[in-house]
Amino acid sequence: MKALAARRHHRAAPVVLLLMALLAVGGVYAAFAPSPAQAATASTADIETGKKLFQANCATCHGPSAEGTDIAPSLVGVGAAAVDFQVSTGRMPMAMDGPQAPAKPPQMNEEQTAALAAYVASLGAGPAIPTDDQVDPTQGDAAEGMALFRTNCAMCHNAVGAGGALSSGKAAPSLMNTSDRNIFQAMETGPGPMPVFNDAVITAEGKRDIIAFLTEQDKGSAGGNPLGGLGPVAEGLWAWVLGLAVMIGGAVWIGAKSS
Amino acid sequence: MSTTASNPKDLKKYTDPKTPAGKAADYLDQRTSIGVAVKEFARKVFPDHWSFMLGEIALFSFVVLLITGVFLALFFQPSMALVRWEGDLPQLHGQLMSAAFASTLDLSFEVRGGLLMRQIHHWSALIFMASIVVHMLRVFFTGAFRKPRELNWLVGMTLMILGLAAGFSGYSLPDDVLSGNGLRITDGVVKSIPIIGSYMSYFIFGGEFPGEHIVARLFTVHILLVPGLILALIGLHLFLMVLHKHTQYPGGGRTDKNVVGFPAFPVYVAKMGGNFFFIFGVLALMGATLSINSVWNYGPYDPSPVSAGAQPDWYMLFLEGSLRLMPGQAEIVTWGDFTLSLNVLIPAVVIPGLLFTFLLAYPFLEAKVTGDRREHHVLDRPRNVPVRTGLGVAFLTAFVILALAGSNDLIATHFHLSINAITWVFRVLLFVGPWFTFQVTKRICLGLQRKDRELVLHGHESGRIVRFASGEYVEVHTPLSDQERWLRVNYEATRPLELAPAADARGVKRKGYASEKRWHQLSRFFYEDRVEPVTPTELAAAHTTHDALAAADERGGELATASSHSADLER
Ligand code: HEC
Ligand code: HEC
Ligand code: HEM
Repeated sequence: MKALAARRHHRAAPVVLLLMALLAVGGVYAAFAPSPAQAATASTADIETGKKLFQANCATCHGPSAEGTDIAPSLVGVGAAAVDFQVSTGRMPMAMDGPQAPAKPPQMNEEQTAALAAYVASLGAGPAIPTDDQVDPTQGDAAEGMALFRTNCAMCHNAVGAGGALSSGKAAPSLMNTSDRNIFQAMETGPGPMPVFNDAVITAEGKRDIIAFLTEQDKGSAGGNPLGGLGPVAEGLWAWVLGLAVMIGGAVWIGAKSS
Repeated sequence: MSTTASNPKDLKKYTDPKTPAGKAADYLDQRTSIGVAVKEFARKVFPDHWSFMLGEIALFSFVVLLITGVFLALFFQPSMALVRWEGDLPQLHGQLMSAAFASTLDLSFEVRGGLLMRQIHHWSALIFMASIVVHMLRVFFTGAFRKPRELNWLVGMTLMILGLAAGFSGYSLPDDVLSGNGLRITDGVVKSIPIIGSYMSYFIFGGEFPGEHIVARLFTVHILLVPGLILALIGLHLFLMVLHKHTQYPGGGRTDKNVVGFPAFPVYVAKMGGNFFFIFGVLALMGATLSINSVWNYGPYDPSPVSAGAQPDWYMLFLEGSLRLMPGQAEIVTWGDFTLSLNVLIPAVVIPGLLFTFLLAYPFLEAKVTGDRREHHVLDRPRNVPVRTGLGVAFLTAFVILALAGSNDLIATHFHLSINAITWVFRVLLFVGPWFTFQVTKRICLGLQRKDRELVLHGHESGRIVRFASGEYVEVHTPLSDQERWLRVNYEATRPLELAPAADARGVKRKGYASEKRWHQLSRFFYEDRVEPVTPTELAAAHTTHDALAAADERGGELATASSHSADLER
């Protein structure tokens, strides 16, 4: 300690301190920041399991080394996020040919999904699986999220994320039951007909704001039963089949009294 | 007796009111003679049928609209000035928006009972329009629009159109994304009108859309102009109803010269009161439990975003559908670079124009092809006027197809269909569907009429089989009661108009022959296929056989002469 104290006034001291501070900040950043390199750090064992799983379940369509075929795109560079999204929502392995791969109960468990993601990520750099922090709705701003959602997503997914139709049988699904992680990944990878919203379009914070807005929607509607969040058509249907039907029933009942 | 009557003091003892209510009524009567009107109305006889209460549903939901609307108007700010909302809702806190939208949010989240009032108001608007439509259907299918009630049909139609205007202007007030989209479409429709379109759009919006005036203008339209007109026309509508007396369904003892029913007071006043509270209750319950037009989900209006599932309220859905069905290629650029937007003009102006013109003109059209100038107070059974019923059903089919086309995106997602395919199916159905339902309905009506004839002539099947001495089996039919028979024979099967020859006796061509011939053709379309009601002679003829049969039945099935009649008996 003495030696250190003695050299406190050394000419190089500020530089050393600065270097140390930078190192500390860098270390903290490395620990907390999302790193696209994360997938690369997955163990080679994982990648090996992933490769085997891939060859058994996916290679028929995507080709033996995921280079793509006539019926399915190449997966080189789509990143762990794309695989995690597609497999954990049950879209992949795709079962049936249709306008777009339908979501269904996932066929792979968590470890298998992680292994597949690690394998595909090892083929080329791409978006990584987001950290819990990145998708934490409590850190997002729902108001910003609503504004972003309104201009970027509502035209396909409806104002509250109830889903909507696209051309030729394609559809933007309801987001009511989608996990926060999958929401983030969908924006990063643009599944099927959906465009990619990279950080230049919607920043990582913006994505978290959107998640915060969608989480707000789960709290229910202030006005009572939200009727599926589908808007005026659903309301009109209820006005006829519930409101008017009950009133006509009442008229029949009142009309029948007395005579 | 005479002594008491001659003493005015004694007389007053009997005639002076004693209860406070009686005194108040007497006070009023001495100054306004209102008693005459009350007595007149109280003694008015109303026939009894639930379908006569449909108009009442419309009336009472309008009353609810007035009450809740006044409450909303106390808090709503019809201004498009930009403000920052500092309210409690996380997803809109601190956002820039118009004062109109901000005050709608305040109404929903800050004002006590405000959201309930908004929701009751909106549900009442939907039910108001729905009940008007059902009421109109009742009037149409029973022929209640015939002389002398054609004018009241026109008043009713105007009320319906004003209802559309009220709904549309109210829907646009909160200035949210959805209502702004609706205004954007309106702007497009106005601009599609050739030559004057763009001027009118600038006039309506006070400049380029959306401008800063439209909410304030619509507010005046919504809370003053339209409700005022509706109120006045409802008054006229009810006045004409009382003046014409109510129509009644056909049945024994009911003619064009009487009204069979109960006096308005106390029976109908009690029923109406009950109905009012029932309707108010249903509307309040809906407002309290089912969310409607949650504008905070749509966000403040901004011309750029449009969300999936953007639709108008149901009564405007047919217009939306009409626009969605129209192929876009119909936009024509003429010489001089003048754009004729037929792709908007046809679906949004021409088609609704045709539909409404049909409804407005129908009573006069039917009177003309029927050649009938008499008054009618007994309603038609829909089956007895097959072409009218068919046309009504065809009209309804077109309306429903357009409304469904306006929801094509929801149909696509909920039934996993391709929206392109649905749109094409509806394009075809819009033309084929009404024709098809017209034919089917007309056939069903004629079939029902024939069945009525059978019933009147031969009675109900009793299920009892009788064997004759000759070995033949027949089923015994029980005759109809007088009421049942009256209902089935008491109508007219109108015949097509007679067409006078083209040339008069001296061989000179008559003027107006061509137009007469066209009307004659239309009349043939209406009345060519018809089933005549059973005449008394036919009935008597049928009865002789039946009576003989019944007598034979009593004697135990032996009937020597039965074989000679057997050819007429039911097989
Ligand atoms: C039946 C053929 C088929 C099978 C099996 C299949 N896929 Fe796919 N996959 C497709 C098609 C087709 C697409 C592109 C269409 C789409 O995204 O909707 C696709 C897309 C993907 C994408 C998205 C690519 C991108 O650009 O974002 C990923 C990731 C993916 N598949 C991973 C997998 C994995 C992992 C498996 C095995 C568990 C698998 N797939 C099995 C047909 C298949
Ligand atoms: C062009 C229309 C379109 C836009 C814009 C769009 N999406 Fe999508 N989205 C889709 C479609 C289509 C799918 C289904 C993809 C598939 O199944 O392959 C989808 C899928 C999703 C999913 C997966 C849902 C699930 O549960 O499986 C999420 C989450 C999502 N979108 C979020 C968003 C967000 C957030 C935005 C705005 C930033 C957005 N989308 C913008 C069309 C769109
Ligand atoms: C004639 C029948 C009427 C119809 C069909 C009708 C319909 C509507 C509709 C559909 C809305 C949108 C409600 C919403 O925000 O969800 C609305 C809003 C409104 N109406 Fe009416 N209305 C009628 C009469 C009235 C009357 C008589 C008044 C007042 C005297 C009134 C005052 C208002 C106000 C202030 C709003 C805006 C408040 C808000 O949206 O929160 N309305 N109306």
